[in-house]
Amino acid sequence: MGSAEFAVAAEGLRKRYGDTQALDGVDITVPAGTVHGVLGPNGAGKTTLVRILTTLTRPDAGRAQVAGHDVVRSPAHVRSRIGLVGQHAAVDEVLGGRQNLVMFGRLYHLDTRTARRRADELLERFRLTDAAAKPVGKYSGGMRRRLDLAASMILAPPVLFLDEPTTGLDPRSRIEVWDAVRALVGGGTTVLLTTQYLEEADQLAGDISVVDHGRIIASGTPGELKSRLGGDRLDVVVRDPADLPAAAEIIGRVGGRGADVHADTRRIDAPVTDRVSALTKAVQGLADAGIAVEDIGLRRPTLDEVFLHLTKEVSA
Amino acid sequence: MTLAIPEPPSGIAGRLRWALTDAWTITLRAFAHWARRLDELLIGLLFPVMMVLIMGYLFGGQMKVPGGGDYREFIMPGMFAMTMVFGVEATFAAIANDAAKGVTDRFRSMPMASSAVVVGRCVADMINSMVSLVVMVACGLLIGWQWHEGVGNAAAAFGLLLLLRFSLLWMGAFLGLVAKGPESIMAVQILVWPISFLSSALIAPSTMPGWLGVIAEWNPMSATATATRDLFGNPGLTSTGSWAGEHSLLLAVLWPLVIIAVFLPLSVRRYRLLSR
Repeated sequence: MGSAEFAVAAEGLRKRYGDTQALDGVDITVPAGTVHGVLGPNGAGKTTLVRILTTLTRPDAGRAQVAGHDVVRSPAHVRSRIGLVGQHAAVDEVLGGRQNLVMFGRLYHLDTRTARRRADELLERFRLTDAAAKPVGKYSGGMRRRLDLAASMILAPPVLFLDEPTTGLDPRSRIEVWDAVRALVGGGTTVLLTTQYLEEADQLAGDISVVDHGRIIASGTPGELKSRLGGDRLDVVVRDPADLPAAAEIIGRVGGRGADVHADTRRIDAPVTDRVSALTKAVQGLADAGIAVEDIGLRRPTLDEVFLHLTKEVSA
Repeated sequence: MTLAIPEPPSGIAGRLRWALTDAWTITLRAFAHWARRLDELLIGLLFPVMMVLIMGYLFGGQMKVPGGGDYREFIMPGMFAMTMVFGVEATFAAIANDAAKGVTDRFRSMPMASSAVVVGRCVADMINSMVSLVVMVACGLLIGWQWHEGVGNAAAAFGLLLLLRFSLLWMGAFLGLVAKGPESIMAVQILVWPISFLSSALIAPSTMPGWLGVIAEWNPMSATATATRDLFGNPGLTSTGSWAGEHSLLLAVLWPLVIIAVFLPLSVRRYRLLSR
């Protein structure tokens, strides 16, 4: 494993809890300076992967290097080079924001003066200066997350782990956290991010690994994953729900691979390869059948569709 | 700003220095908590004082100390011991809260000494217990309690009380690591009360039904209460005649050592299991 160019390099990671195989042989490499998204549903093994890479949990088998150091053999060296933002905002709720950052700075073995200076810098950068003295228990969810991010950035670690950083946040706070993460990446930090939100992976990550049942079932750029679904999707909304079956047959024939019907929105969508001729054929076919169409168009598949497709592929 | 990453020291001296500074940082954190929550700190310190006043003045009038003597002088050593036992709740709550909120995991993902979390907590809780002892002694002196056997014996008695508190720290830490969350504090509180009352703290076991008196005398808290009562020269030193009742001083040393021997390794093991 080349450790210089990879911020994270893991091979064959396995972890079992009782009857559950949380990780079932995971290989993952994250080039330095990139953002890697680990996408999967609840219980897919995302958190276990992050816990192993951040030295919190020992793997049953396999090995992993983070920032050039082995997570099992030299955890202390790994810990000096990583930041972790877990699913809970792991900050002291009684203390103020600044007190938290100074305390964590001291625990990273900065001297008191440097710890204070660093705390002030980070409060400024994460727009928390006004709330610096307020007890964290009175912070909003988004502020708490930002403080959590700030705390994990005290040493400006080369590698940052974010385990579902926006779970439970309202949309506004989610965007705040995304902005904060983008700013960090702009500064050269490598980020490994887990998420259940396809949009989040699409927004932040350059590469994505899709995880299910402790295995990586697909990986690539968001664009590559989308093209694995067979290119574009043809979307048709019919006026009369009664027309849905007939329309679905026509659209399915156009793409040659069937169509999905969404009765609640009167929508049909199907994968197509040849964009223009598919559209023409669909319009023609629907017109011939006398089906009134409210909307028709071509679009790129969403990551949701990619994920459903991939998990179906694996279980089939 | 770029920061040089402080490398983990390789020598024993360096590691010890990191362990000590880290522990002190955690102790300072507890002080900062108290400063932020002065009301809670005061309630914690004054609760045993209230207990003394209730027991001494409301119940005290009806109480007769076996062998004669003032009931208020009788209960003070018991109240000291009880205050030490109440301390378990604080240790438990702090440890369980950190584990539930993910703070423990953050600490474990940082390059700090793993002993610091417990050692720092330990120093903070012991300082807190010394302050509560000072408050209780002041309260005792105000209501007519005093030590009659010299400063040396009194110091030995305070030493026994702090030894009991120190041993219970490990019990609190273990329970805090086992608990699912700080909500289980109720269970600990429910446990603390029968331990406190089924003891020689407020009632002489010789006045209880025979078998119950014997159980009360075997209670580790009774050993400390009776032994310190002896060292302070306070009244009410009767026993049911059980071995435990006759050897309270020995037990006041042995019990805490047994508790430490059981719960210190259990806590360490539990902490290690977090990485399972």
